Amino acid sequence: MNAIVPDIRISQAQFQPESGPPDGQPPVEAAPAEASAIRKFLLSRGNSAIADRAFSWLMRLCAFSIFVIVALIAFELVLRSQLTWQKFGFSFFYKVFTDPDTHMPMFWDPVNEHFSARPFVYGTLVSSFLALLMAIPLAIGLAIFLTEMCPKVLRGPLAFLTELLAAIPSVIYGLWAVTVLVPLLREHINPLLINLLGWTGLFEDTNPTGLGYFSAGVILAVMILPIISSLTREVMIAVPHSQREAVLALGATRWEMIRMGVLRNARIGIVGAIILGLGRALGETMAVAMVIGATPEIHRNLLANGSSMATVIANEYAEAVSDMHLSALTEIGLALFLVTIIVNGLAQVLIWAVTRGTPRQAG
Amino acid sequence: MSSDAFKFRYQMRTLTDTLVTTLAILATLIVIAPLVAIFVYLLYMGTSSLNLAFFTKIPVPVGETGGGMANAILGSGILLSVASIIGVPIGIGAGIFLAEFGRGTTVANAVRFTADVLNGVPSIVMGLAAYALIVVPKIPFLPFTGHFSAFSGGVALGLMMIPTVCRTTEEMLLMVPHAIREAALGLGVPNWRSVLSITVKTASPGIITGCMLAFARVAGETAPLIFTVLGNQFWSTNLNQPIAALPLQIYVYAMSPYDDWHRLAWAGSLVLIVLIVLAVSLVRYVTSRGVLKGAS
Amino acid sequence: MGVGIEVINLNAWYGTNHTLQDINLNIPANHATALIGPSGCGKSTFVRCINRMHETNPIARATGTVRIGDLDIYKDAKPVQIRRRVGMVFQRPNPFPTMSIYDNVAAGLKLNGFANHRVLDEIVEKSLKNSALWDEVKDDLKKKSGASLSGGQQQRLCIARALAVDPEVLLMDEPASALDPVSTSKIEDLIFQLKTQYTIVIVTHNMQQAARVAEKTGFFLNGRMVEFDSTHKIFTNPSDKRTEDYITGRFG
Repeated sequence: MNAIVPDIRISQAQFQPESGPPDGQPPVEAAPAEASAIRKFLLSRGNSAIADRAFSWLMRLCAFSIFVIVALIAFELVLRSQLTWQKFGFSFFYKVFTDPDTHMPMFWDPVNEHFSARPFVYGTLVSSFLALLMAIPLAIGLAIFLTEMCPKVLRGPLAFLTELLAAIPSVIYGLWAVTVLVPLLREHINPLLINLLGWTGLFEDTNPTGLGYFSAGVILAVMILPIISSLTREVMIAVPHSQREAVLALGATRWEMIRMGVLRNARIGIVGAIILGLGRALGETMAVAMVIGATPEIHRNLLANGSSMATVIANEYAEAVSDMHLSALTEIGLALFLVTIIVNGLAQVLIWAVTRGTPRQAG
Repeated sequence: MSSDAFKFRYQMRTLTDTLVTTLAILATLIVIAPLVAIFVYLLYMGTSSLNLAFFTKIPVPVGETGGGMANAILGSGILLSVASIIGVPIGIGAGIFLAEFGRGTTVANAVRFTADVLNGVPSIVMGLAAYALIVVPKIPFLPFTGHFSAFSGGVALGLMMIPTVCRTTEEMLLMVPHAIREAALGLGVPNWRSVLSITVKTASPGIITGCMLAFARVAGETAPLIFTVLGNQFWSTNLNQPIAALPLQIYVYAMSPYDDWHRLAWAGSLVLIVLIVLAVSLVRYVTSRGVLKGAS
Repeated sequence: MGVGIEVINLNAWYGTNHTLQDINLNIPANHATALIGPSGCGKSTFVRCINRMHETNPIARATGTVRIGDLDIYKDAKPVQIRRRVGMVFQRPNPFPTMSIYDNVAAGLKLNGFANHRVLDEIVEKSLKNSALWDEVKDDLKKKSGASLSGGQQQRLCIARALAVDPEVLLMDEPASALDPVSTSKIEDLIFQLKTQYTIVIVTHNMQQAARVAEKTGFFLNGRMVEFDSTHKIFTNPSDKRTEDYITGRFG
């Protein structure tokens, strides 16, 4: 084809000559004999198919072992709670026995093999509910402060402190609670509560020890606060800036901007954070065991001694002798296992829905 | 709206704003106060009880003074070593699977979900499971079964480490740029070698911090140990027998009526918290410096 | 010494996307061949089919024959083995960030099990000299990390890394597109010298670059190879009108 000479042409001078390097460049070193030795070496290497396959199966094994572990836990819990399950069925969780001597309601009598988990379920629910009641406003307040109001210099250290709070082991919280918190409540707070709120029937002066549902609720609140707070912060940060700006542009005050621009968008995630805190509170053992009083009774009085599901397992398992007793404790453990799975699963779904899998910031 | 009504509403809105700000600051103070209180009290009680004997002696019988928690510190060290040997390889392996082999598949999502489930299991239930799986059955050819042992507690703690290690490993591996993997594969490096020597190595600062986080978390766990390792008043390094552990010892001493034991509980708490604060601070330092040095 | 590449009826898919259609061509040994064409025309895919790198994408598929020398790379060997004979330089420099300059260059050998340090020293030096980087880094070989160099230096490091395994073919996928003009001209000079030793295939969207360094040029369009001829002919008297339109800038 005889092309019409186009407008833009590569000039002849730009073409490289047929041979030889441009002037001034040293020639490339001739390949020494070793190069072909290298080539021979590499050619002799196999294709590593076996190593690759073995490696990938090893990694697969590690990942699948997680399935196995969870399945084993579930299996053992179900297996070893069969005795009480078959004897009491679902009523295990709400049955009320009657003490033959005093004719008072009775729940937990290992000697006579009367097992009802009712007081423990009650105690777990009451202490967790109290904890949430106290922790939620504080956690959200902290999150709002850190995210929207805090001067930048303080943000890092405060966030770090919150992270530390989350890292303190339960037993140390328990130790502090027994030594400092319980006397504090007993001497100063509980009398106040009895005076001001005694009319509700929730605060009565029958327990001189200072242990009980309320103390457990307080220490649980301290423990779940960091979790709720940092997750709330994460979902608040995930709200795009444009939302905040839109509300401010309408002339809103800062609180109104937070309420309408941030919290409204993040509320699903905040609910998720709260539910995650609940999940943690339900399973918390050591600190609760140390301050709740470990008494298998049910009381409306929040200042009375009670017990929780995790507490009774921790206190009695090592010394339980009869198979029925062990089975009862294991069944309580199974219930804890299932409830925390459901609660945590729900929380994860809610949080994922808001943050859409954005990578978690460290602290 | 009339001018007066508008002014009034505006004042109310500003008032609300100030009120809320005050409440938020108040909330922050109320949260920080117990933390500071705990630390200060811990420092005060702990340092006054810490002496050389604490780190070198084992507990003495009730009524006598002196003695320490040396055996508990050693015991915790042994337990955490067993836990790390179990938890770290499985966790990293699972993380490698999620990032390198199963990325985006349904199986990977199932693994991740199950790891989260495992993470949420209350520690007391982990103890129950370890008890049921290792302490109870008397299998003739497996050495550690059939009785309370340090091994059973180590296993319980190790299993608890897996989800954290797995999740951080996966996150860190996903951050390695694809170009680096391509460069390795383009050189004819086998896939297994590329994953280990290039990808994992590049992400290793982050992976190590994940292990440290998991380590710090299980270091303070007590509940799984109550009916697996049981505790021990004497020196023991035998995996096949009950062993002392720092958090367990703190618990026992805290619940006792003896002042001397309370002192020791505080000292032990101080040691434990220092370890954990060090780990958390280290993690923060490494991740804030930028986990992947130089990777573009 | 390099070898020639013979491509017969190569077709490639990414999922359902038929990215390459019936590619046939012969790439001569010890020459530089440029592949030009607008974005998305398949030239990168084509180059990745030569060392089977496209297989790293799980939804990728290829049929046809590619012969490097007398080796049918899809029938007679596994991808890992092919990639040891065919070096690749990518668009963005990608040195290994955790390794020193020395370890970067030696990576292809060390990670394949080669451990003789004396020989490695020689190979690293020779590769860095061949990629015109030796003088700039010879004092910091083991001290500086691969990622601490400038962009142009990093790309030369990647070239040295590819050369260290003594490949027969060198594939370059737009090697200078992320670099400044000075580095670009250094890379082009490099290619000029290297092609006497290796068979080089260079993908470029810079036509002047193709004209400067390559003896033969192929023009790709929409997954097909429209024209493959000496560079001189492509740029002065192309046979196909589409080639002419691209050369003169009517599209692309």
